[in-house]
Amino acid sequence: MAALDSDSEEDLVSYGTGLEPLEEGERPKKPIPLQDQTVRDEKGRYKRFHGAFSGGFSAGYFNTVGSKEGWTPSSFVSSRQNRADKSVLGPEDFMDEEDLSEFGIAPKAIVTTDDFASKTKDRIREKARQLAAATAPIPGATLLDDLITPAKLSIGFELLRKMGWKEGQGIGPRVKRRPRRQKPDPGVKIYGCALPPGGSEGSEDEDDDYVPENVTFAPKDITPVDFTPKDNVHGLAYKGLDPHQALFGTAGEHFNLFSGGPEGASDLLGEIGVNKGRKLGISGQAFGVGALEEEDDDIYATETLSKYDTILKDEEPGDGLYGWTAPRQYKSQKESEKDLRYIGKILDGFSLASKPLSSKKTYPPPELPRDYRPVHYFRPVVAATSENTHLVQVLSESAGKPMPDPGTHSRHQLNASKRAELLGETPIQGSSTSVLEFLSQKDKERIREMKQATDLKAAQLKARSLAQKASSSRPQPSSPDVGSCSWHMALSGGTAATRASNFKPFAKDPEKQKRYEEFLVHMKRGQKDALERCLDPSMTEWERGRERDEFARAALLYVSSHSTLSSRFTHAKEEDDSDQVEVPRDQENDVNDKQSAVRMKMFGKLTRDTFEWHPDKLLCKRFNVPDPYPDSTLVGLPRVKRDKYSVFNFLTLPETASSPATQAASEKGPQHQGPDKSRKPSRWDTSKQEKKEDSISEFLSLARSKVGPPTQESSPLVIKEEEHVTESLSDKSVSKGVDSQTEGEGSRPSMDLFKAIFASSSDEKSSSSEDEQGDSEDDQAGTGEADFKSSQETDSAETSSVARASEPVAQEPAPSFPIQKMQIDEREAFGPRLPPVFCPNVRQKLEAPQKEKHKKNKEKHKTKKEHRRRKEKKKKHRKHKHKGKQKNKKPEKSSSSESTDSSDSPSGEEGTVDLSPQELLRRLKSLPLRRQ
Amino acid sequence: MAFPEPKPRGPELPQKRVKTLDCGQGAVRAVRFNVDGNYCLTCGSDKTLKLWNPLRGTLLRTYSGHGYEVLDAAGSFDNSSLCSGGGDKAVVLWDVASGQVVRKFRGHAGKVNTVQFNEEATVILSGSIDSSIRCWDCRSRRPEPVQTLDEARDGISSVKVSDHEILAGSVDGRVRRYDLRMGQLFSDYVGSPITCTCFSRDGQCTLVSSLDSTLRLLDKDTGELLGEYTGHKNQEYKLDCCLSERDTHVVSCSEDGKVYFWDLVEGALALALPVGPGVVQSLSYHPQEPCLLTAVGGSVHCWREEAYEAEGGTG
Repeated sequence: MAALDSDSEEDLVSYGTGLEPLEEGERPKKPIPLQDQTVRDEKGRYKRFHGAFSGGFSAGYFNTVGSKEGWTPSSFVSSRQNRADKSVLGPEDFMDEEDLSEFGIAPKAIVTTDDFASKTKDRIREKARQLAAATAPIPGATLLDDLITPAKLSIGFELLRKMGWKEGQGIGPRVKRRPRRQKPDPGVKIYGCALPPGGSEGSEDEDDDYVPENVTFAPKDITPVDFTPKDNVHGLAYKGLDPHQALFGTAGEHFNLFSGGPEGASDLLGEIGVNKGRKLGISGQAFGVGALEEEDDDIYATETLSKYDTILKDEEPGDGLYGWTAPRQYKSQKESEKDLRYIGKILDGFSLASKPLSSKKTYPPPELPRDYRPVHYFRPVVAATSENTHLVQVLSESAGKPMPDPGTHSRHQLNASKRAELLGETPIQGSSTSVLEFLSQKDKERIREMKQATDLKAAQLKARSLAQKASSSRPQPSSPDVGSCSWHMALSGGTAATRASNFKPFAKDPEKQKRYEEFLVHMKRGQKDALERCLDPSMTEWERGRERDEFARAALLYVSSHSTLSSRFTHAKEEDDSDQVEVPRDQENDVNDKQSAVRMKMFGKLTRDTFEWHPDKLLCKRFNVPDPYPDSTLVGLPRVKRDKYSVFNFLTLPETASSPATQAASEKGPQHQGPDKSRKPSRWDTSKQEKKEDSISEFLSLARSKVGPPTQESSPLVIKEEEHVTESLSDKSVSKGVDSQTEGEGSRPSMDLFKAIFASSSDEKSSSSEDEQGDSEDDQAGTGEADFKSSQETDSAETSSVARASEPVAQEPAPSFPIQKMQIDEREAFGPRLPPVFCPNVRQKLEAPQKEKHKKNKEKHKTKKEHRRRKEKKKKHRKHKHKGKQKNKKPEKSSSSESTDSSDSPSGEEGTVDLSPQELLRRLKSLPLRRQ
Repeated sequence: MAFPEPKPRGPELPQKRVKTLDCGQGAVRAVRFNVDGNYCLTCGSDKTLKLWNPLRGTLLRTYSGHGYEVLDAAGSFDNSSLCSGGGDKAVVLWDVASGQVVRKFRGHAGKVNTVQFNEEATVILSGSIDSSIRCWDCRSRRPEPVQTLDEARDGISSVKVSDHEILAGSVDGRVRRYDLRMGQLFSDYVGSPITCTCFSRDGQCTLVSSLDSTLRLLDKDTGELLGEYTGHKNQEYKLDCCLSERDTHVVSCSEDGKVYFWDLVEGALALALPVGPGVVQSLSYHPQEPCLLTAVGGSVHCWREEAYEAEGGTG
């Protein structure tokens, strides 16, 4: 039993490693918990069993994009400095070094690369290389490669070998093969002309072996087609001199890879000298190596019958395997042989065309006419004009050509589109031949006009000379025919009359203008007596003659000027639709006032203009100055929009702007310009003159705002007033100026007339023209209220309603500027001139009482002067108060204005008017509220 | 040092030539004292700007970088930078020590007639014949001006700056004073093209010279005429005028080769100082001392009072 036991013990096979025997008293070890069963690599790092490069997905640091140091890139390298050092990271940069070891996924051990290993592992490629080498200019250049080929074979090669394949054999099932008979050696190259085929008997003998029936052969090896591009300048299929043949003389056969199949080309070098007995060597080659040849074959005496085929051969069996890449001898052997007989040698890679080339059809030359003379003579060319029509016709007839239809153009004058038209083709849309057709209609018209203008100019020159001739020959203009004829000629060019129709040279005389237009119409129709017809029969002969001249000259002048102008100007690129321009709200007043003031050395208020000016915020910051208008966004002078072509922009002109004829203006000019009227006199000059010591400039602006509207629309009134001004200026007496002014006001039409004229403008707008009439205590009270109200409301800064906007919000300069601007806009459309910056207050104040002005008119007792003075006072107070609202006001400014107030005001009114604003407000509050 | 006597002396006019700088930079278009009067700048028609010690007559540095003649220059309050404007329509900010161009402000459409720093040298104001004054910011890098004052109807001939005002004289015959603190523009009409304007040192008056050979002293606040000074000739050129160091005299260049001094209050001609042949193009008065620089042709003369003796070391 024991032995048995021992035997059985020995027989046992133990697997694995036994546990260590437990020691006495020791508790069995706890198994290692799962979290402690870790695998570490040789460097002690935990080994991951998954990873981006090992099939799993574990990216970065514990599946985060961070690193152990945190979520920062390891090192930032500025690409600006070391742009060139920037390297492209490859996958290897992210691999562990284990991966790069010998058994990793990307081993870095030294292995043989394909460049050195692949030379002999591919027989097919080898063959192709040999082929290329043979055709190379220096044959045998690959010999060295063959000698030092490394011995490594590819695995496929080895597998094939193990399966029984031998080098040189084709791949595939073994085939039975019929013995070949009478196969001409395809390897023989035939140079020169048509050698009789089948000249190699030796090779026949070789192939003529006994082949037993039960023997199968490996399929023929396939030779790859050589796709080496032809990079030399040799002819097609040129082969260099074979050194074998050259050196060993009688090697009559080029080694041909196609020739022997497995047997033939297996050993290239070994075959040298094998075919020594061949007759035909290189005989027939273009350049001889005769010195090296052992014997001169009589190449002409080698004609034997065996060289000819006696039977028709059929194809080699199994040749269907080869396909189009088949070597030449399998494909077109017989045909080439046949063709060779009369065509000659077919070059390598070429085959005879299966279809015969269709022969070119030739046509016989045209038959010459009988009386053809091969000599050309030139006929005189005569341009077809009106005078020589006959001559041209005769010539053309003599030339045997039919006279071209004057309507149709000659062949050479036709362009493609016209020809297409003649041929009845449908015109091609879009692709017209002329650039002109791409032009817009407007441009075409412009071009046409220019063309006509130039034509017209020539015509006019001619006409003018004609006219001069006519007038010199007949000085008496009573003979109308001549003149009208010449003018007619001048104007008959076409559009002159039509264009002249919208030009009114005699606008000041509507009758005459009418006659002139009539004249143009007649002219257009081409009537010779156009002038006579349209002239007024009631006029004297002299007048008619003069008018005739005038009309003609006007027609001419207009056309010529129009053409010259139109050729110089182009249309505006941008539509000038907005007829409003931005202008500074406050403009420096007329220089004329100031010039006189300077002459009199009256510097100060007369020469000073004060504007609201907004410095840039940054500029204030740089100057260390608080922004005077912290809420304002605008910079520089406040700007308003004005009508670009408003009549009121030209109000300083003495004549009304409605008369377009400058002639009229020039006539009017000297009429009412006095002796020393180089400066333009105006109504407000008077007032300035009369109160020189006063704050005249302020007064001027006030006066302007008042008397503006009536001066706009009625020029006679203006003239009249200006005459008054002239008077007052001449004697410079204050009282008379006042008289004349009041007189001028007395002659003004009633307010309804103005309203009728300016129907569209609202009451509020016209108030500025009326306010001068509304001076009374009530007026003052109302304005004071409005002022007070506005000052209160501006504090609350509530400026939404439209009704509110029409109220004196405008005095608030900066914060509510858009509204203010709008409002000024409206007023601009009506008022003549923009008031200075402090002026709108007053005008706004005076809006309220306008409805009662008719009553007030009667109550007017005080002189104009007093009213004005009072208003001035008010204005000053307002200005003062207005300033007081601003944070950054200059303290001495207000005091100075106060002082000027007191100094300016005459003694009589000082007590009543020169009040502090607080006092004024107090009084106003006590007054009953009359209107809103 | 200059006035050791405690007894106040009457004002002395600089009439002793103590130095002549032959600038060698073509015609000297302008000569300007720096802020403390120790150095001066000369603007040459050969596109250079030169910094001199006028009392010693030493050339300290040449600043070249303008593309055309330099027409005006000014130094900053801390003497660290210069600005200049010239016929190349550019306003250039220079670093004094290195002589390098710090900034070049382009934007004027015409020659820059006059340049000024503001009090803290944070803004350069340049007046040009394109009738605009441009305020260039020296602090930021932005190429366009902070603000363009284009109210003038003709070229700007003179710009002066106080702490919160910009005084500009224009060829359209107006002197405009932009008051930044009040946000107002005061335009005084003089009539004749203005050649030079300047504030009085007390800041209450403005002196205006115009092409009608007249200098006018205007009250700054009201624009009233305080005095008129005639006798010199100024009908063609843009000539400088200034007030003496204690506002006692009005000084003006003249086209007859003299510098005229008038008593400010009386308006009487105090001195006609013959400087040289030709037009006295530019002058600059020392901020504290009776010292005058005049530019005639290509040279600059330095004038001191009669009692002046060249001090050895102090300069």
